[in-house]
Amino acid sequence: MATTVIPFGPQHPVLPEPIHLKLVMEDEKVVEAVPALGYVHRGLEMLVTKRDVNQMVYVVERVCGICSCIHAMCYCQAIEKLMNLEVPHRAKYLRIIWSELHRIHSHLLWLGLFADSFGFESLFMQFWKLREKFMDINEATAGNRVILSVNVVGGVRRDLTEDHIKWILKELDVFEKEMQRLTKTTLDDYTVKTRTVGKGVLTGEQALQLGAVGPTLRGSGVAQDARQLRYEALGELNFEPITVPDGDCWARSKVRFLETLQAVDILRQALTRLPDSELAVKVQGNPKGEAVCRVEQPRGEMFYYVCGNGTKFLDRCRIRTPTFANVPPLLAMLPGAELADVPVITLSIDPCISCTER
Amino acid sequence: MNVHILEATPITPEEIRSTAQAKLDAGFRLVTISVRVVDEGNVELIYHYDKKNEMSHFRTKISKDAEIPSISSIYFCALLAENEARDLFDVRFDGLVLDFQRTLFLAEEAKSIVNAPFFHVPSTKPAGKRT
Repeated sequence: MATTVIPFGPQHPVLPEPIHLKLVMEDEKVVEAVPALGYVHRGLEMLVTKRDVNQMVYVVERVCGICSCIHAMCYCQAIEKLMNLEVPHRAKYLRIIWSELHRIHSHLLWLGLFADSFGFESLFMQFWKLREKFMDINEATAGNRVILSVNVVGGVRRDLTEDHIKWILKELDVFEKEMQRLTKTTLDDYTVKTRTVGKGVLTGEQALQLGAVGPTLRGSGVAQDARQLRYEALGELNFEPITVPDGDCWARSKVRFLETLQAVDILRQALTRLPDSELAVKVQGNPKGEAVCRVEQPRGEMFYYVCGNGTKFLDRCRIRTPTFANVPPLLAMLPGAELADVPVITLSIDPCISCTER
Repeated sequence: MNVHILEATPITPEEIRSTAQAKLDAGFRLVTISVRVVDEGNVELIYHYDKKNEMSHFRTKISKDAEIPSISSIYFCALLAENEARDLFDVRFDGLVLDFQRTLFLAEEAKSIVNAPFFHVPSTKPAGKRT
């Protein structure tokens, strides 16, 4: 049978950011998918030659709008390791609180976009309505909705008041009830299942071999999550990774749906046990040596390699974002799929292209 | 520990593929490949592997003009990291399964204007002396 090449993206209704896939088709079936990137490459890693160690915190936050504070936390942890700094106890909790708030709003954003990708507009609106509360919490506690700028080398620069804690706990109760109300629609609805079950299947073995991370990996039944490394306050909080064995689009959406509720549980633990201490330690000197750090973003494991030379400028800051790791698994999911399922499968890895290209 | 001081095992360029194969056989996942400029004539590639949240790292130093073996036929996911290294540091790989010819991140027109845009020789000036 003759093959046809159909371009998918960089502009497409389901894509919030530009990625281009050249789809080699036989009739309606995808035979091969070849990615083309580079539409939003900004060269942020190169800024280490022009911005000092502390300024770079604000640069790395801008790698990704959706998980900005987790980028900063990962970078700060690597620098703190090189400088042998011990972050205050309260700062460790606050970092986890803002990280999990980010995870919830990122997953809600994705759940809405995913519903939109198969035409379920009302579900899209429901998730985005819930997300607004978390954006309000971000704004009230950090002064901004998206780029929080709460992390600094040595700790954090914002605190939560007792009123904040009471308010967030109250909102979490409301959110949990709303999510329980949406469970049946999101996971058991006939339309949702028809568009997602058995689509873009990735086995656990494939996922590991192709370097998948985050819900893409856990949606294939592999219980791996960087939070198992118990960084910051996670060593004092209960947490087990959520896995779904099916490996299809439905499994990946279920992992994210359940992770929002898991984040509520982590937040409740952190907010009720928030210890008293300073927010940051005084930083002296400059980082020297090489360190690597991993944390769990909403999309999966993020990896930083930093190399300091004893000056206030780093030699190198290498950032491996989750979508960078999840593109090869996507290329394995697409062959055999119907053309109409390509948007849903592509969106199922929660692609963040500005992260990927940096 | 999610953060640690990097301790990487030195390997020769000839050992890159055999190391990758051994890691794959042992069930390791390739996390990524990092490139660091050592001096004007050399770069260093660091291969980061992971198995059940335990990392291991291997580093190899090469001349910036040398061609080194690609591991993308062993770990398909290496193709993005290797193409990125080609785009930004002009590291050349032999046997890349999908070679973007320096256009993964760079525009076609940029190839004739800029070569290895991230190739920056580290400064050794003391703190506070650089602007």
